[in-house]
Amino acid sequence: MIEFKNITKKFGKLTVLDGINLEIPDGQATGIVGPNGSGKTTAIKSLLGLVKPTEGNIYVNEETVSENWQYRDGIGYMPQVARYPENMTVAELFRFIKKIRNGEPSHEDELISYFGLEPELDKAMRTLSGGNCQKVGAVLSMMFNPDLLIFDEPTAGLDPRSSVQFKNKVRELKSEGKTILLTTHIMSEIEELADYLIFIVEGKIKYHGPMQQLLDAHKSQRLEGAVAKMMEEAAA
Amino acid sequence: MKSLTILNYQWKDLVRGKWIFGYALIYLLISDALIRFGGSGPKALLSISNVMLLLVPLVSMIYGALYLYQSKEFTELLLAQPLNRKTLFWGLYGGLAIPLSSAYTLGVLIPMLYSGMLNGEQIVSILMLLALGIILTLLFTGIGFWLGLSYFEDRIKGLGFALVGWLFLAVLYDGLVLLIIFMLGDYPIEKPMLALTMLNPIDLARIIVLLEFDISALMGYTGAIFNRFFGSFWGIITAGLSLMLWLVIPLWGSTRKFREMDF
Amino acid sequence: MKVVIRIVFILIWGGLLGSADAQPLRVSQEGEIPTIAEALERAQPGDTLIIEGGTYREYNLVVDKPLTILGKDRPVIDGERQGFILVIKADDVTVKGLEVRHASTSFMEDYAGILVEKTNNTLIEDVRLIDNFFGIYLAETNKAVIRNNYLSASGERETSSGNGIHLWYSKDTRIEGNYVKGHRDGLYFEFVDGANIKDNLSEENIRYGIHFMYSDNCRYVANTFRDNGGGVAVMYTSNVEIIGNTFKDNWGSSAYGMLLKEINRSRIEENHFENNSVGLYIEATSRNMVTGNTFHQNGWAIKLMANSTDNEFKANNFIANSFEVATNSRRNFNTFSGNYWSRYEGYDLDRDGVGDVPHHPVRLFTILVEKQPQSLLLLRSLLIDILDAAEKVMPSLTPETLIDDQPQMKPLP
Repeated sequence: MIEFKNITKKFGKLTVLDGINLEIPDGQATGIVGPNGSGKTTAIKSLLGLVKPTEGNIYVNEETVSENWQYRDGIGYMPQVARYPENMTVAELFRFIKKIRNGEPSHEDELISYFGLEPELDKAMRTLSGGNCQKVGAVLSMMFNPDLLIFDEPTAGLDPRSSVQFKNKVRELKSEGKTILLTTHIMSEIEELADYLIFIVEGKIKYHGPMQQLLDAHKSQRLEGAVAKMMEEAAA
Repeated sequence: MKSLTILNYQWKDLVRGKWIFGYALIYLLISDALIRFGGSGPKALLSISNVMLLLVPLVSMIYGALYLYQSKEFTELLLAQPLNRKTLFWGLYGGLAIPLSSAYTLGVLIPMLYSGMLNGEQIVSILMLLALGIILTLLFTGIGFWLGLSYFEDRIKGLGFALVGWLFLAVLYDGLVLLIIFMLGDYPIEKPMLALTMLNPIDLARIIVLLEFDISALMGYTGAIFNRFFGSFWGIITAGLSLMLWLVIPLWGSTRKFREMDF
Repeated sequence: MKVVIRIVFILIWGGLLGSADAQPLRVSQEGEIPTIAEALERAQPGDTLIIEGGTYREYNLVVDKPLTILGKDRPVIDGERQGFILVIKADDVTVKGLEVRHASTSFMEDYAGILVEKTNNTLIEDVRLIDNFFGIYLAETNKAVIRNNYLSASGERETSSGNGIHLWYSKDTRIEGNYVKGHRDGLYFEFVDGANIKDNLSEENIRYGIHFMYSDNCRYVANTFRDNGGGVAVMYTSNVEIIGNTFKDNWGSSAYGMLLKEINRSRIEENHFENNSVGLYIEATSRNMVTGNTFHQNGWAIKLMANSTDNEFKANNFIANSFEVATNSRRNFNTFSGNYWSRYEGYDLDRDGVGDVPHHPVRLFTILVEKQPQSLLLLRSLLIDILDAAEKVMPSLTPETLIDDQPQMKPLP
């Protein structure tokens, strides 16, 4: 269970998150959408403790997030643009993260072979292609079998084949009952992967609920249309 | 313990980056040349300490500031892991400050080793030189970190402040002191002058070098306050404590900043 | 013939008598002669006194005939601060193997452990003089020898302490291998002529290690003067040879390895000046040769006042001094040539061992410190190095002619 309680985040004069209240129950796959600069990434970073909210509090399984780090044991995070220490090799990076996290990875090898990273293991991160970098990020986020997975624009750098592979994996995780948070610009991905939707505009939540309900409300077959309509309404 | 893991990886990363060898090599070449041309006596030690007083603050501060930008990805990766920010900070800091100190120590020590300077009576001076270099490295890496964190979004600004800060502490500050001395020299300004030098870590380190190598000149000074200060253990203890304070303050500021920062 | 027989007879008799008297007088607290005073009274000229071990509480012991006074098992004569202890007034007196303690302290009279007055050929050897006001005091003596004695006092102020070995109007004295500590001046010379001072160690005295005035034609060789309140002062004298001495650890605002004031036509050679606030201070001093000395880690190696002229500084080593030469004028009438300066930054392209550009031993900073002593705090700062470099390019405050145009690239042996 993830709770945002009255979260406000200001960067200087700019208010990025404006009094957000959210409850995301366990086992739910949620897509976060919104225009550029609406505060999606900031919301995710606040949840991860990377960004410190100006006001309010976030709870993960009733545990507060501020000044706390143990709760991240149960989180796997795949960042928007994955950048890793340039001189490390892929294998070293995995080894390093294993030392940093306490738990033993549950299916590391399986994930590596699933994403076809074996030939890349001894290469330095700086020589990796953007797509392979993303895959490394995906493996890192999944290999400790966390209960909560956060993907920030996960398929942005992936070729179509890898993209499909990734989505299949996410479906698998979903069926295992993991909680999944996902931001993306590609609405079809959300349709494929998420059951619930959060729509953020200018730091405020405009919609949070089952995706089907939204589609029904906007009498739309496709999410893209519904979201576009919402954006127009917000702009008006 | 996790700090050590981070530190260990940072260390490997630096070694792979090779520039740390270059840094050590600079000291090695300079020390070797100074010993070769100046003999293994106090002359070489004095010249090495002059180089140390200049180069260590400059490199440590600039690299301290730049390092955080360079390891931004690393930092972000780790922050998303179940890891205390404090642990991460000390890992990052140690990961730079320790290799820098080691490079300095080795670079200076190796030429002394093969010139046979270590078995002489100069061992105390040499130890002081090494200790001062290490403390200055730790101190200015801390200031560099603090600048880097303060201007995390703007690397040019961080680098600029590091350079200007160095120029100020290494040269301009002393110019100011000299100006005050020549303007107010007829008044009893010894105590304020001493206090003023305590406010600049480079000057502090320089005063400790003076206490080691130039005590004869310092004792020839006619003022009672200087004589009491330099002639007793108080001088070296006060200077040492002030230097420690200088070491703690930027690090304390940095940890606070690091804890509150958004990434 | 009769006369001859009588003479022979007298000689033999006298010889017999003499040989009988050649039995030395033994002073022993349990013996026949329990006090030194009594022995001195009973002794004939030329006698030998042997003083057995023990403590003799006696003072003002006047030796007024030629005698040899020997201590056996180092007897102690303790004056209990009542006056002089031993007063030698006759020629050809030898004193050896004693310990002399506690002469009086006074503001009026120069009480001494051993006073030697108006004598020839006095020898004082292997005597320990402990806690006396003055140690050995020579006045108007000729050909005295003071050798291998140990003098120690624990005076704290100049007024309550006298000099260790004090010479006044004495000629041809030899002072060798003595150790002096804790007196006012370790050695003091006034109106002395032709003294030879060798292998002495004078340290931790309140004022000077040696204080030397109006004493021409003296030589002092291979002595060590260290950690004395004011160092060493040599004044108002001509024709002195100061060779191979060590001056070290003299710290203070008026402490000098050696101070020269009005010294003329003298030689200062092969001395070692180390760790002094000022190595050599020179004032109103002319026509001296200063050669082959080493100045090592002094605050100021040389302070040369501008009223000194025609002194030659040649082939000296200046190593790691905070300041090499300081002066009080932009004019200079002395020559520096062929010295080694560790601050020299020039080059030697023709590789003849001599630097190709002259060395300026007076830095701008030297002058700044003369003007505002507080600026000493900035020693070794980058700013000062920059200022010095600028001054070197365009001299505006430093004496332009005080240069060494043949600076050595390597320290001289």
